[in-house]
Amino acid sequence: MARYVLNRLAQAVIMLVIVSAIGFALLHLAPGGPLSQFAASAQMTQEDLDRVSRQLGLDRPLPIQYLDWFGRMLKGDWGKSYRDGEAVLSVISSHLGATLELMTTATIIAVLLGCWIGILGALRRYSLFDSLATVGAMIALSIPTFWFGLVTIYVFSVTLGWLPAGNRETVGDGSFLDLLHHLIAPAMVLGLVETAMWGRFMRSSMLEVINQDYIRTARAKGMPEWRILTVHALRNALLPMITVAGLQFPTLLGGALVTETVFTWPGMGRLFLDSIGYRDYPVVMGILMFSAIMVLIGSLLADILYAVVDPRIRVG
Amino acid sequence: MATVALSTAHPAPRLAAWRRFCRHRLALAGALTIVLLVLASAFGPYLLPFDDTYIDIMKRFAPPLSGAHILGTDELGRDVLARLMMGARVSLSIGFVAMVIAMVVGIVVGAFAGFYGGVVGAVLMRLVDAVLCFPTIFLLLALAALTEPGFATTTVLIAATAWMWVARVVEAQVRSLREREFAVAALAFGSSNLRIMFRELVPNAMAPILVAATLNVAKAILLESYLSYLGYGIQPPAASLGNMLNNAQIYLTSAPWLAIAPGIVITLAVTSFNFLGDGLRDALDPRMNIP
Repeated sequence: MARYVLNRLAQAVIMLVIVSAIGFALLHLAPGGPLSQFAASAQMTQEDLDRVSRQLGLDRPLPIQYLDWFGRMLKGDWGKSYRDGEAVLSVISSHLGATLELMTTATIIAVLLGCWIGILGALRRYSLFDSLATVGAMIALSIPTFWFGLVTIYVFSVTLGWLPAGNRETVGDGSFLDLLHHLIAPAMVLGLVETAMWGRFMRSSMLEVINQDYIRTARAKGMPEWRILTVHALRNALLPMITVAGLQFPTLLGGALVTETVFTWPGMGRLFLDSIGYRDYPVVMGILMFSAIMVLIGSLLADILYAVVDPRIRVG
Repeated sequence: MATVALSTAHPAPRLAAWRRFCRHRLALAGALTIVLLVLASAFGPYLLPFDDTYIDIMKRFAPPLSGAHILGTDELGRDVLARLMMGARVSLSIGFVAMVIAMVVGIVVGAFAGFYGGVVGAVLMRLVDAVLCFPTIFLLLALAALTEPGFATTTVLIAATAWMWVARVVEAQVRSLREREFAVAALAFGSSNLRIMFRELVPNAMAPILVAATLNVAKAILLESYLSYLGYGIQPPAASLGNMLNNAQIYLTSAPWLAIAPGIVITLAVTSFNFLGDGLRDALDPRMNIP
């Protein structure tokens, strides 16, 4: 087990190096590179730019610069926002809560609803419910998230007036009920795609398990059907869902960005778009790296957790 | 005569695949929808009396089915149907072209990684994994922020964030096909590595590649709509399905039809390609018959 975890950790570190190299390359692709902030101001002459460039160590060879940059990233120095000079990491962390709140709620909806739909679909394969769920999932995966958000706002906010059209709280209120009221629509929108994904994976995982020999054996022994399902089938069918959770993470983050835009949700995605609008490259690159690292950690945790619950993985 | 008798006894694999595909009614419906969308976006604009960029400020916000404008007009009095058809033309083109670029890059990377394996394969596939760590939309927007928006950049950027899936599919295929007799035979004939890769191995992996290509178009259309909706894709006055929704949120209360029509067309196009891809997978690979 320890060997597996160490092996997986080493892989993650290698991935982090490659990911950071991509991030570093992007930073240098930005117009004016890391100097774009200074180059944009008209008072700076070429001599000034050269001087700043030397001060920031940008005249050194690229590999050295990369190592320097990577070292500072590890120490938590991710640069400063062009907009207000605040440290990039603290800008990100101040927006992280709203995004995590949205993502967690959407995931809870998706896991409960998706697993239920998937299990039922697998048990009653090719039934009307199963067919509708399969087609519905495909359509849900094809709807642009932002458009579904617009439709939700139109139906529940504009027409029915039940839900607020955006933001995380009413200014001056901010009670738990108020937060919940604002959370419903965006969580539903983000949860739709997730539910469809979880439903599809759950269905195929369940189908694989219920056709196994040990299920037939259990049935032959005369075990009651509910016990076969809960004790034997479900336990094994739910295991691969841990991997799904890890694989789903990038999509979930991307979906959160779009959902936050439509619902003016003050999270990381919203911050990302605003920063792009302001050409605030340090924050843009910071969020890009941050999201990639979150994905890396997510898949690492999913793999380790899977190895903990399923001993077959560790050996193979 | 002999061939006819033969084909009824043992239907040729292609015929069998075609039959399986036809049984997949949703895939057929998808294919039909795609044909209709392509025809409408190719010839539709010539059948309308309105140009997609013609501004008629006196007729702003005309609701659908009121007078000459079938789907109404937008905030500048432009005909929504004309913009929809031109927008679909742009979006579908981006979907196809981005798919072709992503396929070429993905097939080349996947073929080299799968064929050579070892250090080359490991380096290439770790690169694929690394790019996949970035959530697609974040990467797409960051790249878009660094470039001038337009048709070409939008297409290239979408391809740049979509080739990795193809590379994974091709790598796995080539890695397993490399060991088969026909590949060994080609090697024994003295064929060059490039020839074995692209004339022997890749053509034999065509079925999963075709499925990946179809799903890739769906993904590309969806990504174009995200990018243009957020303002970093196709720029007005040119229409795309995504940028038609750009201003729709502001007018959601007064002119909801501006938001509804483009969204339905995007969903229709993406769903159709997804169903088509699903149907192709069932038809071409009978072993994977878990829908």
